[in-house]
Amino acid sequence: MGRIVLKDVRKAFGDVEVIPPLNLEINEGEFVVFVGPSGCGKSTLLRLIAGLEDVSGGAIEIDGQDMTDVPPAKRSLAMVFQSYALYPHMSVRKNIAFPMRMAGMDQAEQDKRIAHAANILNLTDYLDRRPGQLSGGQRQRVAIGRAIVREPAAFLFDEPLSNLDAALRHGMRVEIGELHKDLATTMIYVTHDQVEAMTMADKIVVLRAGHIEQVGSPLELYRNPRNLFVAGFIGSPTMNLFEGAAAQEHDARTIGVRPEHLAPSKTEGLWKGRVGLSEHLGSDTFLHIHDTGLTDTITVRAGGEVDLHHGDTVYLTPEADKIHRFDESGLRIA
Amino acid sequence: MARAASTRAKIGWTALAWGIAFLIFFPILWTILTSFKTEAEAIAAPPSYLFFDWTTENYGVVQDRSNYMRFLWNSVIIAGGSTILGILVAVPAAWAMAFQPTPRTKDVLLWMLSTKMLPAVGVLYPIYLICIQLGVLDNRAALVFILMLINLPIIVWMLYTYFREIPGEILEASRMDGATLKDEIFYVLTPMAIPGIASTLLLNFILAWNEAFWTLNLTSVDAAPLTAFIASYSSPEGLFFAKLSAASTMAIAPILILGWFSQKQLVRGLTFGAVK
Repeated sequence: MGRIVLKDVRKAFGDVEVIPPLNLEINEGEFVVFVGPSGCGKSTLLRLIAGLEDVSGGAIEIDGQDMTDVPPAKRSLAMVFQSYALYPHMSVRKNIAFPMRMAGMDQAEQDKRIAHAANILNLTDYLDRRPGQLSGGQRQRVAIGRAIVREPAAFLFDEPLSNLDAALRHGMRVEIGELHKDLATTMIYVTHDQVEAMTMADKIVVLRAGHIEQVGSPLELYRNPRNLFVAGFIGSPTMNLFEGAAAQEHDARTIGVRPEHLAPSKTEGLWKGRVGLSEHLGSDTFLHIHDTGLTDTITVRAGGEVDLHHGDTVYLTPEADKIHRFDESGLRIA
Repeated sequence: MARAASTRAKIGWTALAWGIAFLIFFPILWTILTSFKTEAEAIAAPPSYLFFDWTTENYGVVQDRSNYMRFLWNSVIIAGGSTILGILVAVPAAWAMAFQPTPRTKDVLLWMLSTKMLPAVGVLYPIYLICIQLGVLDNRAALVFILMLINLPIIVWMLYTYFREIPGEILEASRMDGATLKDEIFYVLTPMAIPGIASTLLLNFILAWNEAFWTLNLTSVDAAPLTAFIASYSSPEGLFFAKLSAASTMAIAPILILGWFSQKQLVRGLTFGAVK
């Protein structure tokens, strides 16, 4: 259960085509992340799958059945919203029970499922509270609980963590990841945060202006970005990109080197520059290097502690087999 | 220093607020006081404020002369009926405009409001004639319907404003959860909008209760509410201020008490949206 296929799905609002015809297959049990800058159409795509928006063309299949014109509730999908979208006038128990109540499920089964979900999500002590009396993380868990009890074919998450603070976000990320492993249900997760995408996904779909730029596992995207956009979007800090002579040496219009693939040295190396700022984290050292003649700032990530500080001269050498080459149209040169 | 100045300012503002409140309330207070005077004292100049011979004689006369309970009952039916009917019509309308807006929604809302700019007397003739044709002159049901129509723009506007404050994602969540349109309005939207609906109900009830133009023009005996009850004391055998005041006091007392008990709700309703 939980195989979703999009066939030439397109969406236009009036004359504006936000999603040009798009094809995508999501396999059973996969954790798929839609990632892209704001306005790239990732949330719209999710809403099309959910049925909250009507497609302007194409077809959506869920488990082999055409669901294009089926109302949201009949698609056996459950959605977790960014704002949690809990019913403020109902207790946690009633919130979680709502989809089952709408389905007319018998009370005993409802109670069983509520107890089960509350147990998984650590909500047992909060069942009789109102959402207003819960913290952000707890509210999000209630929203997930409401989704779980439906036993859907797939879960849809629309930027579920962006309203949480950093510490909580990390915790919930782990919880959702574990939940996916436990339930083994298909999950589609929308985020603009590429760290969330890298850490959670089985498969990442990078979107820009409604187009799919690349689909692949996190490491595939990291190692072999298909074009400049994906190269710049995936990875943190972002890939260093150079044009001009340095690129021409490699028969490319643009070359890219990730910060962790540049070796800094005080004495010798391929490119010479000056340290603008050094960030010492203990586990890593981040160097922001200027005056290389290649580009404004080169970011370097060195493992462990590196004794380089503001104003020091530094030499950089890229790892030869880690240089990404791109042609005039921005596409990767194999 | 700063603290002293702010305390002085506070006292000043408080005094001003009480002063304004007293000014607004004074006519009502004067009416109530006058209702306890004799006719002679009621028109005495200079007037006596609190030190006169208090008497409840006027209330007795008014009660003897007309059947207060019948007028009261008509008022309750007309104000209550038109309000409930109005809410039933306005909830779906406001839902549609708040959550399924079209490019024309704003125009429709403005057009509805513009009907309030028309002087009521402008449509008196046609409506009066229609009532005669249909044989519903001096008919409570007809008044319920007419007052509902008159206040509908305000009800829709108020509900629309409240509904707009409800996040659409919650309604979408209910749709995902399998709620039909009816379930969505009944189980999710309405309970969430209860404070807004309650203050709309209340305000509209007060408006309908106090409505005098249509109730006076379209009723005579059977459907006459308290407005007609007051009016019946303003003529024909001359002005009897004390009795008129007694009748007025009796007419406004129920709504005054209702307003007193629900003032918190009313204030919240009227300032809703202004402060989030």
